Amino acid sequence: MKKYIVSLLALLVMGSIKISAATVVAEPKIDAGDTAWMITATALVLFMSIPALALFYGGLVRRKNVLNIFMQCMIIVAVISIEWIVCGYSMSFGKSEGFFSPFIGGLDGAFLRNIGIHDLSPYFISHSQIAADGTLVGTIPHLVFVMFQCMFAVITPALIIGAFAERINFKGFLLFTVLWSLFVYNPVAHWVWSSDGWLYKLGALDFAGGTVVHINAGIAAIVTAIMLGKRRDYKGHALPPHNITYVVMGAAMLWIGWFGFNAGSGLAADGLAANAFLVTHIAAAAAALTWAILDWFNDGKPTIVGTSTGAVAGLVAITPAAGFVNVGGALAIGVLVSLICFAMVAFVKPKIGYDDSLDAFGVHGIGGITGSILTGLLATPTIQSAYSGAIAGNWHQLLVQLIAVMAVILYSGIVTVVLFKVSDRILGVRVPDKLEAIGLDETQHGETAYTSFD
Amino acid sequence: MKKIEAVIRKSKFEDVKMALYEAGIEWFSYWDITGLGKSKEDQVVRGQIFQSSYIQRRMLSIVVRDINLEKTVNAILDSAWTGDPGDGKIFVSDIEQTYRIRTRESGPEALYNKDSNGI
Repeated sequence: MKKYIVSLLALLVMGSIKISAATVVAEPKIDAGDTAWMITATALVLFMSIPALALFYGGLVRRKNVLNIFMQCMIIVAVISIEWIVCGYSMSFGKSEGFFSPFIGGLDGAFLRNIGIHDLSPYFISHSQIAADGTLVGTIPHLVFVMFQCMFAVITPALIIGAFAERINFKGFLLFTVLWSLFVYNPVAHWVWSSDGWLYKLGALDFAGGTVVHINAGIAAIVTAIMLGKRRDYKGHALPPHNITYVVMGAAMLWIGWFGFNAGSGLAADGLAANAFLVTHIAAAAAALTWAILDWFNDGKPTIVGTSTGAVAGLVAITPAAGFVNVGGALAIGVLVSLICFAMVAFVKPKIGYDDSLDAFGVHGIGGITGSILTGLLATPTIQSAYSGAIAGNWHQLLVQLIAVMAVILYSGIVTVVLFKVSDRILGVRVPDKLEAIGLDETQHGETAYTSFD
Repeated sequence: MKKIEAVIRKSKFEDVKMALYEAGIEWFSYWDITGLGKSKEDQVVRGQIFQSSYIQRRMLSIVVRDINLEKTVNAILDSAWTGDPGDGKIFVSDIEQTYRIRTRESGPEALYNKDSNGI
């Protein structure tokens, strides 16, 4: 009932504005339902970094390196959250003047100093209202939007951990992560999600982070994996995971957290969120099942590591598409991404011979590219009427998606090379061979995961 | 008194356990071990099938009276066998002394329960 009144008011307001721009408009209101959901969704996205990703990756490494993975995830949450309020949010979603405007935000919003607790989010998808100054605003507090986006800024560098696991110097890792967030994540988020961003203006579709999060991190992953070199024990095939139950718990928690990631990206509790919720779940289910079947054919037995990996690949691929495709599209995306990622991880990677320890590129990079391109193919106007893909006759969208994918691959690839070199020069990124043999838990943190202490 | 240590396939553990029960063994301890060497075994991770030198086995440790040594060793030899490389090994060594903590009995008597004709 309340909502009807609000929309009636909005209609009245819009009508009055046409008559006279000077008419005083109703005070825009925070929508309690939208806000409650967005705070929940934000917490769910944090849940993906800790503990979900920490468990998923931690289970896949050997027992001497599990705490190092947990620590990397935990410290990224701490460091990048601070980076985000210091300047990250402003660089990603703030405004800048002239030439830089489409590429990166300015530092006007450093320390969130311009945001009051009653301010409404300037970003919205389907729920908006007219503010006192005549601009459109969303229905949730601006600070909730800042926090929601903070969790995305946190999880993106955390995904890269999978590529350089088990051999990176903690100091070098920390420096690289901060530099990468500043100079890769923030600009790319600005390109795609800021209303000034050049890819946003070009019409690139990325509902919840296929390009910004997954391709971005996936490309950084393969670059760092190659630059850092292979683990001393790497013989062209995966090293056996030390705790598969962690892997499964991590994947399951990622699946749950992803509902916040995708269904929260509509920034409202509405039908669009419902669709994102549905397609996220169905794509993950289809991808998990497909990977299990591929395992079955490949080696006679379906493995849980494979099925968990498939679920994650499905979640990655549906991320850019969640607000644009229907359930049929989700099924197609789920099946296709598992086929492609399976081929990548099981056959292509061993042939080429790079050591992407936990397949951060194979799953997030390749899955993100697959999902972003398929979004351009499968987007249907029945979800958001303004957006359609090649299947609905809009071939231009596919071209835009390809441009967005290529732009992020090139930018993330080149800048990651530079930042990783810089981190290596200043602090060193590779641990000495002997310390790698002992394990990073002991040598980087002075702790061991599995003790016999009573 | 002899100590029998046997490295066996995990897949044969149930068979060996039943054979030892039938041979009258009342109690033994076991734990999972990982072997590492030149031998390799097939492993699968995320669709990659490869040969790994980490080999998972189970180790049994049993202390028996001398008269029961042969019977126990034969029980393991028969039940742990598949005929493929990797069936495992049995090691036998001397035990100098045994004490039962509850009764302070020592020697072979401390090894079995007199009421149940154990080993």
